[in-house]
Amino acid sequence: MKHDFSQWIRSGQPWVWLNAAAVGASLIMVVGLLGLIAVRGLGHFWPTAVHELSFTGKDGRTRRIIAEIRERETITATRLRESGVEVPAGVESVERMLLKTGNRDILGSDFRWLLARRISGDRTPATLTVLERYEWGNFYGYLKNVKQHGKVVAEGDMAWPALLSRIERVTALHTRIRRIEKHDIGAINYRLERLRLRERQLQLDGNTDPAPRREIAAERQKLKARFAGLRRQLADLNRRIQRDSLVMEIMDGRQVEIPLAKVVRAYRPNAMSLPQKLGHYFGKLWEFVSDDPREANTEGGIFPAIFGTVTMVMLMALLVTPFGVVAAVYLHEYARQGFVTRMIRIAVNNLAGVPSIVYGVFGLGFFVYFLGGVIDDLWFQAAKPSPTFKTPGLLWASLTLALMTVPVVIVATEEGLSRIPRAIREGSLALGATKWETLWKTVLPMASPAMMTGLILAIARAAGEVAPLMLVGVVKLAPSLPIDGNFPFVHLDRKFMHLGFHIYDVGFQSPNVEAARPLVYATALLLVMVIVVLNLSAIMVRNRLREKYRALEH
Amino acid sequence: MKKIPVSSCHGLAAGRRQRWRNLRDRLARHGIALGGLGVLMAIVLIFFYLAWVIYPLFVPASIERSDGYIRPMAALGPSLALAIEEQNRIGMRLTRDGSMVFFRVSDGRVVRRERLPLPKGRRIVAVAESDPATRVLAVGLDDGHVIIVRHDYRADYSARRKDANGRMLAVIRPQLVWPAGRRPLLLDERGARITQLAVQADDEGLSVVGLTADGRLVMVSAELDEGVMEEDAELTRANLKMRVPADFMLLDKERRFLYLASRDGRLWQFDVSDREAIEPGQRLRLTGSGERLTALRFLAGDVSLMAGTSHGRVTQWFNVRDKGNRERLRRIREFRAGEGAVLYLQAEPARKGFVTVTGDGRLTMFHATAQRQVLQRRIAVRPPLRLAISPRHNGLLIEDARGMRFWRVDNEHPEVSWSSIWGKVWYEGYQKPAYVWQSSSASNDFEPKFSLTPLVFGTLKAAFYAMLFAIPLAIMGAIYTAYFMSPKMRRLVKPTIEIMEALPTVILGFLAGLWLAPAIERNLPGVFALLLLLPLAVLVFGWFWHRLPSRIRHRVPDGWQAALVIPVIAITVWAAIGVSQPLENALFDGDMRHWLKDALGLDFDQRNAMVVGFAMGFAVIPTIFSIAEDAIFSVPKSLSFGSLALGATPWQTLTRVVLLTASPGIFSAVMMGLGRAVGETMIVLMATGNTPVMDMNIFEGMRTLSANIAVEMPESEVASTHFRVLFLAAFVLFVFTFLFNTLAEIVRQRLRRKYSAL
Repeated sequence: MKHDFSQWIRSGQPWVWLNAAAVGASLIMVVGLLGLIAVRGLGHFWPTAVHELSFTGKDGRTRRIIAEIRERETITATRLRESGVEVPAGVESVERMLLKTGNRDILGSDFRWLLARRISGDRTPATLTVLERYEWGNFYGYLKNVKQHGKVVAEGDMAWPALLSRIERVTALHTRIRRIEKHDIGAINYRLERLRLRERQLQLDGNTDPAPRREIAAERQKLKARFAGLRRQLADLNRRIQRDSLVMEIMDGRQVEIPLAKVVRAYRPNAMSLPQKLGHYFGKLWEFVSDDPREANTEGGIFPAIFGTVTMVMLMALLVTPFGVVAAVYLHEYARQGFVTRMIRIAVNNLAGVPSIVYGVFGLGFFVYFLGGVIDDLWFQAAKPSPTFKTPGLLWASLTLALMTVPVVIVATEEGLSRIPRAIREGSLALGATKWETLWKTVLPMASPAMMTGLILAIARAAGEVAPLMLVGVVKLAPSLPIDGNFPFVHLDRKFMHLGFHIYDVGFQSPNVEAARPLVYATALLLVMVIVVLNLSAIMVRNRLREKYRALEH
Repeated sequence: MKKIPVSSCHGLAAGRRQRWRNLRDRLARHGIALGGLGVLMAIVLIFFYLAWVIYPLFVPASIERSDGYIRPMAALGPSLALAIEEQNRIGMRLTRDGSMVFFRVSDGRVVRRERLPLPKGRRIVAVAESDPATRVLAVGLDDGHVIIVRHDYRADYSARRKDANGRMLAVIRPQLVWPAGRRPLLLDERGARITQLAVQADDEGLSVVGLTADGRLVMVSAELDEGVMEEDAELTRANLKMRVPADFMLLDKERRFLYLASRDGRLWQFDVSDREAIEPGQRLRLTGSGERLTALRFLAGDVSLMAGTSHGRVTQWFNVRDKGNRERLRRIREFRAGEGAVLYLQAEPARKGFVTVTGDGRLTMFHATAQRQVLQRRIAVRPPLRLAISPRHNGLLIEDARGMRFWRVDNEHPEVSWSSIWGKVWYEGYQKPAYVWQSSSASNDFEPKFSLTPLVFGTLKAAFYAMLFAIPLAIMGAIYTAYFMSPKMRRLVKPTIEIMEALPTVILGFLAGLWLAPAIERNLPGVFALLLLLPLAVLVFGWFWHRLPSRIRHRVPDGWQAALVIPVIAITVWAAIGVSQPLENALFDGDMRHWLKDALGLDFDQRNAMVVGFAMGFAVIPTIFSIAEDAIFSVPKSLSFGSLALGATPWQTLTRVVLLTASPGIFSAVMMGLGRAVGETMIVLMATGNTPVMDMNIFEGMRTLSANIAVEMPESEVASTHFRVLFLAAFVLFVFTFLFNTLAEIVRQRLRRKYSAL
């Protein structure tokens, strides 16, 4: 056995095992990471049970606490003692729970820790109600009654159905208010601004003709009248939405009145059946991908971020494809292999290797301040001193990322070109086609899946990149989408929101990180899914391509 | 026109078509060549654009003289004080008869003359200036009174004048404000003649100190309300009998210290922070032996004293806390201004630069922090001299015996020098020279600290720990995947690694900062246990597998070891986390962080280099893995078959033949990985505290070049020094990665040719 062992050592087998372990560890890390994001991201929308816990306070009295249980962990007693918690001597490890108690406006914070050993009772009563609110986060408690104009209209068991129907009414009103505020008034403001610019342009041109001025004034009058009408409508809606309120009893027995206008939805997780929970889950999921953010991006949806990411990436694809393909065709089909191509290949490799933040710096300096400054001087004199293109925006972000992802397209396209057998080119040339015709009619169509692969990979890279965007166009909260119903429909100068930046911003810059964390996981999951799907499809396209040309070679 | 030989309709059309086709072909050729070269141009453009933005940092300053003119109201004699307003349009001079003459800087035409309310028969015997931003002057009289006056400038647009570009031009109207009232303020209650005077007045308070002819220091202080003393304001007085032969007297703007100095180089410091008493403090010599003190001024911020000597030297001094925590004036650095004596020394109003004129007729501009001579020029001047620097540092007004001359100055970035960017610099308020990055602060007198060294150090530290984690895993994984793994599993592993490469770094950073960092902090002993246990567990498992009956062993085909060890690794991780807390209680007294601090003296940050190492290592592994795997896999099979045929074991073949052949490829993989680690932004931004400390401690954070750019660039003012230094940081990153990538690419190109020869 001893001899056997030393022989095993000498054979190098232990090293093989260690190398195998390196692969195994990498695989575990990838899968574990994806799994972690998936579980945390998807779990966020599930209506978790709300507990009513009773525990003994420091003064020996029993108290109750209404909360969701977020996390359980064990921790050494020493660490707890250091952070000022009293733990009896002799105890080495303690279990504690992170509770989401909500009611931030009343309690001051959403979360608190509680030692598991102090808990004396744990119930999940079916009547516990959760309110999602437009401000201050969730509210937990028992529904007492529903009021209209300050008078109680439903109490006890009747309160719950009354509440649900009234929330529906309020939600409908909310939708109308939002539509007027964002869509209608936004459009009027936009057109007023355009009128102002036109007037300023006239002034700059030295045009003293009164006719266009009169036209502008008339138009402005009309818009202002419409604006006043909308304001009246809004005032009316705002009055109607204030009609109802409800009263909740919170964990310390206090009764709190909440205007219904502040409530997004109400539900009783402990009383929900599985199909109801599923319904709630998918409702929340839909809200997440289709709605605007609330509360400094920590709640609600991420639709503007999705929309911004997609718009930016599409624009980038439009810019990067021709450039990348042309460069690859030059390298592979036209250039004589020699010093110049060697230099270009080194340049391509460097473009791929230059840190993304350097692209950001370059984009900010060259595109935004230099090109943007030139464009503003030439065509946007009227808007000065406020910059139009001399400020970070969609166009510059797309251009910067296009420059960054060019190597990806070049490398993939070149690989595709090199897989096309010579015989095909020579056959075409022998039939009398010019080089360009050969390229355009036979080679490029055959290489198109490779270009597709390159493009998909470029999109995947661009979609996940954040660092340069922080300098050239992404913002925390954009007032309007880069594409909307106002002429010229695509606003290349606007700033936009982005999934990756959303993760950074909400996860690290928001005042209430603990509350925002699940949402960040959900956003991360969405981004990862997009990127994994894009990459897998690129891999699939590539593999099919290889099969195809393997067949061609025979 | 060439004739077409066979003339038929059909032939003509075909010829035209042919020409069209050829033309198109040529156009395409040129267009495509242009596109191809465009890539080369792009990288060159990035390089040169960055260089173009940085370039002004390293350009020396320049000055340009304009026409001189005789002193405005020359009959009143030389100026006692000289100032210039921030648009460089109006100048002000104070003359011996108590006139404040305002004149056009361009040609000396007098625009206004104001007389100070001198009582009859009194003469001006001393003049002092407060901090330049306050524009306050104190004028001492021969009966112990002082007059305090502020000269303000109001821009008046009512005249509707326009400049050459059609922009509205303001008429600048000078006016006088009397912070202590129009009536002279009694400084010395005994009414002695004042020989030296110092003043500081800001919005909140005013202090005037005088040295009287009979050897007493007298001080008057008062509180001001928005820069003006109220009618019934209370005056606080302090006196000290002090017979010093002072030729210079300075009071700092905090009104804490008073400095007196004599021409023979002796300096006396007094503490006046308690307005009711003047406490004598340190005494020291500012000059060398045989050297005389010829000029003494504060640097902007009034912390540093600049002493000019008869030998043309300028030395900088400020208070440094010594071991006993007492403040001591220390000589910080020295400048050579010229051959003759320093005739005049003037500090720039809002940054740490100063200008000297020496006896040999040299005008020299310096920046103190950067220890840099920004400009030197010979000018013809005849003493007595007076010099005023424009508040925006873009002009100099020089008065000498013959007249006045305005000099336009272009000196945008004096703060930057090789030593201020890479070297240790002794900053004001620091105990010793240090590498510091601190680009901005709320205070106006802030001394910007632009040392890139801590950032480069942070970058390399982060890259080092990332590579420490990534290199073994990636290269060992590549070896196994390329050489031992069964093709079927390889087809699964490769795409997984590609996915790993594609994961956005913002997600890795987010998980590192919000999940991994707290998890590591909670299970610190477990992490170390895991690093020890993991290889051990794998080896033990390998041995047992080897000892298993071949019946079971052969059920798993060769090349699937990696799949077999996955559960082993999972169980080890679980076990390591499980023993973490018992270990912590048993070995580290229940808290490993404290143990680190007490036993090893290591500070612990939650977001530290270890977290960055894991997260960035994770990001770098796929880069290294793919290239290294490629290099090993494409080693010609004939080589390894030959070795195996000669009786070598697979492991021997691998280490002696395959790895040796592939080593340039592996090197290039490591270089590419390093390039990526150096430039990575989001992970370090999110997984460290971003404090620019210089410490290799794995439990502390760092700030990298890239994270620094991401944090500070959006707030940086365009074309400011800070902006350009951030571009310099980007340029440094660019050059770093350019070197790594080019090296890697050249090695790879070589390798490819070598393989094709084999």
